[in-house]
Amino acid sequence: MRPPSRFPHRGMRSPGAKAWFGILPFLLFAVAFMLLPAGNILVGSFQDGKGNFTLKNILNLARPNIVRSYMVTVQISLATAAAGCLFGFLMAWAVIKGGLPKWVRAFLTTFSGVASNFAGVPLAFAFISTLGRMGLVTAIIQLVFGISLYDAGFSLYSFWGLCLTYLYFQLPLMVLIIEPSIDGMKREWREASENLGASNLQYWRYVALPVLLPSLLASFILLFGNAFGAYATAYALTGGLLNLVPILIGAQIRGDVLHDPNLGYALALGMVIIMLVCIMAYSALQKRASRWVA
Amino acid sequence: MKKLKFLPWLWTILGFLYFFVPLFAVFLFSLHGKKDVLSFAAYDHVFHDPQFLKTFGFSLAMSGFTILAGLALIVPTAIWIYLRIPKAKPLMETFALLPFVIPPIVLVFGLIRTYSKPPFTLVTSPVLLVAGYIVLSFPYIYRAVDSGLRAVDLKGLTEASQSLGAHWGVTFFRVILPNLRTALLSAAFLTFSTVMGELTLAVMLAWPAFGPYMALVGRDLAYEPAALAIISFTLTWGSTAIIHAVTRGLGGEDSGVAGTH
Repeated sequence: MRPPSRFPHRGMRSPGAKAWFGILPFLLFAVAFMLLPAGNILVGSFQDGKGNFTLKNILNLARPNIVRSYMVTVQISLATAAAGCLFGFLMAWAVIKGGLPKWVRAFLTTFSGVASNFAGVPLAFAFISTLGRMGLVTAIIQLVFGISLYDAGFSLYSFWGLCLTYLYFQLPLMVLIIEPSIDGMKREWREASENLGASNLQYWRYVALPVLLPSLLASFILLFGNAFGAYATAYALTGGLLNLVPILIGAQIRGDVLHDPNLGYALALGMVIIMLVCIMAYSALQKRASRWVA
Repeated sequence: MKKLKFLPWLWTILGFLYFFVPLFAVFLFSLHGKKDVLSFAAYDHVFHDPQFLKTFGFSLAMSGFTILAGLALIVPTAIWIYLRIPKAKPLMETFALLPFVIPPIVLVFGLIRTYSKPPFTLVTSPVLLVAGYIVLSFPYIYRAVDSGLRAVDLKGLTEASQSLGAHWGVTFFRVILPNLRTALLSAAFLTFSTVMGELTLAVMLAWPAFGPYMALVGRDLAYEPAALAIISFTLTWGSTAIIHAVTRGLGGEDSGVAGTH
């Protein structure tokens, strides 16, 4: 027979060390498959081929091809985060506050849930069918305007083509994360500012934007990180033509393209640090933003 | 306010055009498997490709293992934390952010470095792949279970169950789990749609999974990849529809931060 109450009653003193044994399996898993691999990347970044401590790998990150790789990845992340934030916000605002039928919003939210996960290989195929050399939109533009996109210098497999493709999961993600903040914008604020004689512009300048700014910044950072870590879409679309950091790491894993395994770890470490900064800034801004959503 | 109505419609329509034109284009493309006529020939080719069945089955099995092992690991942990050590909650939240901080490509790099040499040579074992998938889906599973736990009076239920003489195994399986049904189902389908099309881990660990198969077909053929994209989209859409159907009324859905892009 077990004692009648294995679980403490409300208001009992905080549990002792024994309670932590209950989550030991999970902690062991987390150490083995999250912390240990991450720690090994960190350690590897500061080792030479023989396992001795060195700063050479970190210094080697200043190599022109690696700097270029980080630059392209940052640019693509900035561009798709900015466009995703702008258009995602406009769309979310339109369906929530624009007086559209309710089902439009319900549909957009559901669709965004799907589309923000619709990435990788299938997404690449969808855009090849749309804007590839034989794509539908490419053909329509040729037919209607007589312009050949590819002769005009556009390519789906280039920087801007990849941006356009990334936007397909960036925009819905923005819709999903900004919706609660837009919901938090109270109608009374608008009415109050109108009663005080504020114009539409003044309402945005002095009320709406200041309230929304932390959320918008937080979303921007999250979208930035989301694009920065993306591998599958870029791999499927460009097959490694574009020298993004995740692509470079992938090539390094498959065949040591850097001819220096430890430089590969430093490359991955740089990526983790960027993501870490992103998530910390995101959490801090979210905390600030939550003041308004009471 | 009347003049403002035009702009919301404009942005919504433009947005939906951007969303639907690629889907329409890829669907149209997928119907061109036979010359000069629209047909489902490309789908036919795909379904009759033994590699398709093999890789699809492999990914199906992996997602099954991931769901079972992931739920077995995370659900009791979440319940235990909820009941006994709420202090550990911030720790779990931090772990839920890790898959974002450590993107799949870095995770698999670290896994390979850690488990390719003795004493733990796991790189050739599917255990490592499933473990990696559990890491990727951990935020989804944890958040679904956490919001499910918040929706029920867990303490009241366990106390009631135990004062009626049930010991904790009965309480767990016959009282707590049925109350978490919707949360568990939505966690399972989120995990399913994450694993089915996953590419990064499967490619790097060299497994014949559905994601790498799609990438391979995309390199060699023209219309079959389009059919695969439609199949894959239908899977994602189907899982989402099921999640929506089961979580209706649960309120507050979390959009996971981590992705598998």
